[in-house]
Amino acid sequence: MLSTFFAVLRRDLLLAWRSRSDVLVTLAFFVIVVCLFPFGVGAEPNQLRAIAPGVLWVAALLACLLSLHRLFAQDYADGTLEQLLLSSEPAVLWVLAKVLAFWLTTGLPVVAVAPGLALLLDLEQGALPVLALSLALGTPILALLGAVGAALTLGLRGGGMLLALLILPLFVPVLIFGAGAVEAEASGTGALAHLLLLGGGLAGALALAPLACAAALRISTD
Amino acid sequence: MADGLNLEKNHMNVKPRGPSLFRFAAPQMFYPLAGRLAPWFAAAALVLTAIGMWLSFFVAPTDATQGEVYRVIFIHVPAAWMSMFIYLVMAFWAAVGLVMNTRLSFVMSQALAPTGAMFCFVALWTGALWGKPTWGAYWVWDARLTSQLLLLFLYFGFIALTRAIEDPRRADRAGAIIALVGAVNVPIIYFSVKWWNTLHQGASVSLTKAPSMAATMLAGMLVMAFAAWAYTLAVTLWRVRPMILERERHTEWVGEVLDRERGRG
Repeated sequence: MLSTFFAVLRRDLLLAWRSRSDVLVTLAFFVIVVCLFPFGVGAEPNQLRAIAPGVLWVAALLACLLSLHRLFAQDYADGTLEQLLLSSEPAVLWVLAKVLAFWLTTGLPVVAVAPGLALLLDLEQGALPVLALSLALGTPILALLGAVGAALTLGLRGGGMLLALLILPLFVPVLIFGAGAVEAEASGTGALAHLLLLGGGLAGALALAPLACAAALRISTD
Repeated sequence: MADGLNLEKNHMNVKPRGPSLFRFAAPQMFYPLAGRLAPWFAAAALVLTAIGMWLSFFVAPTDATQGEVYRVIFIHVPAAWMSMFIYLVMAFWAAVGLVMNTRLSFVMSQALAPTGAMFCFVALWTGALWGKPTWGAYWVWDARLTSQLLLLFLYFGFIALTRAIEDPRRADRAGAIIALVGAVNVPIIYFSVKWWNTLHQGASVSLTKAPSMAATMLAGMLVMAFAAWAYTLAVTLWRVRPMILERERHTEWVGEVLDRERGRG
């Protein structure tokens, strides 16, 4: 059973590697969105420091949202998805593998780049590990929830906008605790509570989202 | 396809043993029932609204601290209750539809959504009108306001998704999934927003410490809440009827119904 998981994971990672530019585009989008904020709100360091956690988190969220269409669209177009659904392997397993591959190629680079960008916004250096940790715990939740939305909007006209409308309200708790963790660390109250809540959210999403996503894929390819 | 239709027809001809409410799960049975019930609920809504308005504008005393402004709660609170309750009912019908595979359940949940979104908007709008004189701002990022706003977005997402998919079968099921995902998330959203607010700043405005309410105020609010219930039922039943006709337009009984209604008109 695990061999299915690893086979799908390896395949998706290989495909992502072959089209590396997609991954880089996501990353570039993340960097550019963050860099836009100082132009919008002014380059006053105190202000930038105050909004840094929120800006970084919102940008990570948008980067995830905009790359979500890649998760199933290609497999849907060339029929791979249908074959996977027809196969006797449990759908939850390969859905999880696909989401993991998606996170490794879009979430993980964001996690890696975010601390560097935080320096541009003059975030306190002590809060950088918490920023990376909160993103590492939070972006998988975004990917898991987003996968459900991506599965539901598969092949629809105006799917991108619809996906945003469906999924963004569900992202709010992650945003609150993710940005809250960094802010709490920077203000000295400690980020443990936020990080534990994010971890709990991740455990819940890991348990429930693949089921919903598999059901949604069945409906969309029916 | 022909087989499927025949099967359906056979299924319809099976007479229920004894009076069972489940027979109304068949669109054919529910269509006339909805038509018969809707006017009664509409009448009840009118009467209750009239009584509720009279209670709230003429009987209920002026609030000691807020003055006359508080009277907006007679619309605001029932609307907020309904908006949350309708989402739960919607998710309930979605779950029933997914589990029991009954077409009518999906129709019900889709017919409820616009009313729920409307009440959600009314609650936000009246809340803003009340907030300006009382808090000095149309909007504050209070936990309740924020989660109400997110609920409105959840309604929009549900409506947009079910409208965007042309195949009704897929639209039903996809809508049901997003309604259920939303229902799981509503408490998470509510508590996260609540903690977010209290973590950021001391609660500037507390709605939970409501002063004890005069009996007539409570009565007015409850009557208005019942009026909102009756209104929701009436509007939903009326919305369900054309949806049923549209989906069942290939069946014989819809042809008969249309012929009859054309003959009358």
